[in-house]
Amino acid sequence: MPKATFQTPELGEFVDIPDIQEGATAKLKPLPASPDHQKALGFPGELVDDWEQKAVAKLGELLGKYRSLAVYLDACVKCGACTDKCHYFLGTGDPKNMPVARQDLLRQVYRKYFTVAGKIVPGLVGAKSMTKEVLDDWYIYFHQCSQCRRCSVFCPYGIDTAEISMAAREIMDHIGMGQKYCNEIIGKVHKIGNNLGLPGPALLDTLEGLEEDVEEETGVSVKFPVDVKGAEILLVTPSADFFAEPHVDGLIGYAKVFHQAGVSWTVSSYASEAANFSMFIGSYDQMFKAANRIRKAALDLGVKRLVFGECGHAWRVAYSFLNTLAGPWDFLDPKYPAPQHICEFTNDLIERGGLSLDASANDDMTLTIHDSCNIARASRMGSRPGGQFHIPRAVLKASANRFVEMNPDTTHEKTFCCGGGGGILTDDMLELRVKGAMPRMQALNQVMKKDGVTHMVALCAICKSQFSKVMPFYGIGMDAVVSLHQLVGNAIKLGTKE
Amino acid sequence: MAYEINGKTFEHDEEGYLTDLNEWNEDLAAIIAKDEEIDMTDEHWEVVNFLREYYNEYQIAPAVRVLVKAIKKKFGKEKGSNKYLYELFPYGPAKQACKIAGLPKPTGCI
Repeated sequence: MPKATFQTPELGEFVDIPDIQEGATAKLKPLPASPDHQKALGFPGELVDDWEQKAVAKLGELLGKYRSLAVYLDACVKCGACTDKCHYFLGTGDPKNMPVARQDLLRQVYRKYFTVAGKIVPGLVGAKSMTKEVLDDWYIYFHQCSQCRRCSVFCPYGIDTAEISMAAREIMDHIGMGQKYCNEIIGKVHKIGNNLGLPGPALLDTLEGLEEDVEEETGVSVKFPVDVKGAEILLVTPSADFFAEPHVDGLIGYAKVFHQAGVSWTVSSYASEAANFSMFIGSYDQMFKAANRIRKAALDLGVKRLVFGECGHAWRVAYSFLNTLAGPWDFLDPKYPAPQHICEFTNDLIERGGLSLDASANDDMTLTIHDSCNIARASRMGSRPGGQFHIPRAVLKASANRFVEMNPDTTHEKTFCCGGGGGILTDDMLELRVKGAMPRMQALNQVMKKDGVTHMVALCAICKSQFSKVMPFYGIGMDAVVSLHQLVGNAIKLGTKE
Repeated sequence: MAYEINGKTFEHDEEGYLTDLNEWNEDLAAIIAKDEEIDMTDEHWEVVNFLREYYNEYQIAPAVRVLVKAIKKKFGKEKGSNKYLYELFPYGPAKQACKIAGLPKPTGCI
């Protein structure tokens, strides 16, 4: 891999609004999906004939299907509240990374073909025909949006740029201009069951290895069951939890919690993925297919509860869409939320006194927490408002003594994206990922310097991988990111309660 | 897009991953490693060979943890760490070592 050829942003005392640099990131575009990746999802292999008309027709179809999209394209009054809220704009200075400018790339085409003013006086209302130049801009800048929805928090109309970028990607897929990273991965989920392409035997081997490791370390036989019929809980977790660091440590934490809770659980080799990248490309059809693998696994295994592991957008799909995509879940035990987040599960256990935690086990770390965007802004956890913030923090504080919050302008619903969400966590987008991480790195660096923070907790597989990769560019060690359930796993006293 | 050895070409994708893993040989690995600015030592070869063995059995590269464990067994405790693997393959053992081993790039949230 060639050495980085770009400049890593410097971390100041606060995040400054950058000088405008036209076209600063115009050269950063992700690799295109190959014809094989496209066709596996039922999309055309390459740019189709009459793509202009087909793109406009697809936009028309989406406007008919999603009322919200039409509202978002109509409602903007160009107030400017969103302009300095996107991490990619703050990290790059490219004006097309201002959320309003990103929306306008689609809005100009919408106005041209779907509004009276745009048809009669296009020049006056910023309407533009669907041209190759416009399409190229779409491909570049709708893949420089991580669909984190931070801008929508500040928009007085609540315009959701994520939904606009999803629509644009859906249109591009349908005219043969898909992105390699997302589409290759979605194909693997349909074929093998997870993003990694991890086949059943490899999953079994990996989990057996974890059983050995945990037993060697603790002397307790903690199980990592696969495809166990009649288990009470089906754990659906991102496949990165089986593969990457520090994700695996989180998985070990879940297993220890289940062990202590005394419940039977299993993962499924058929639905071995919580992530649903189909959301990133705005494809309801693909999302439906992936989600229904989980339903099939739950029915085949005869489980009574559904628990999701640490993953950001997976939790959005699970919490917000799973019932319409793959429900009804009336065959599950109605006493529990369907689905339930692993943090809820652990927190309930803590509140009921079901876990013995020795928080001093994590005294070698001073911790802060990164709220993942899809958990913070697109879902909830537990039965009270704000549960998606309180519950992970409650679990953290029960497991560790030293905890510091980052600047409140960068946490809770105002959290900054890690810089790698929304289908951008790929090597070909490394420059954008490093630059887009700047606001989060700034806030982290601040608490590291001021409060002696050593580690940042994340509860999303993408965030964890992204931070491990980009933190070294900012002089922070790659192991400064930890899984939330890694802390639980460290603190838990196995075998102390029956 | 292809690597070339003595007039023979070996196709690779946009990121340098070999298209047909059966075409892999040690000379080719050395050329890919050179592109990656890596001087192959015995430890590097050990990782690459382990990856290929694991792939032959499971059709996927091993989890980082599995790799660490295998290296620890072979070279001792001080070399059995994620950190050591990153010293060998600075862009990440999973991706960079897979490329040199002629295996497909691991995908997903990693």
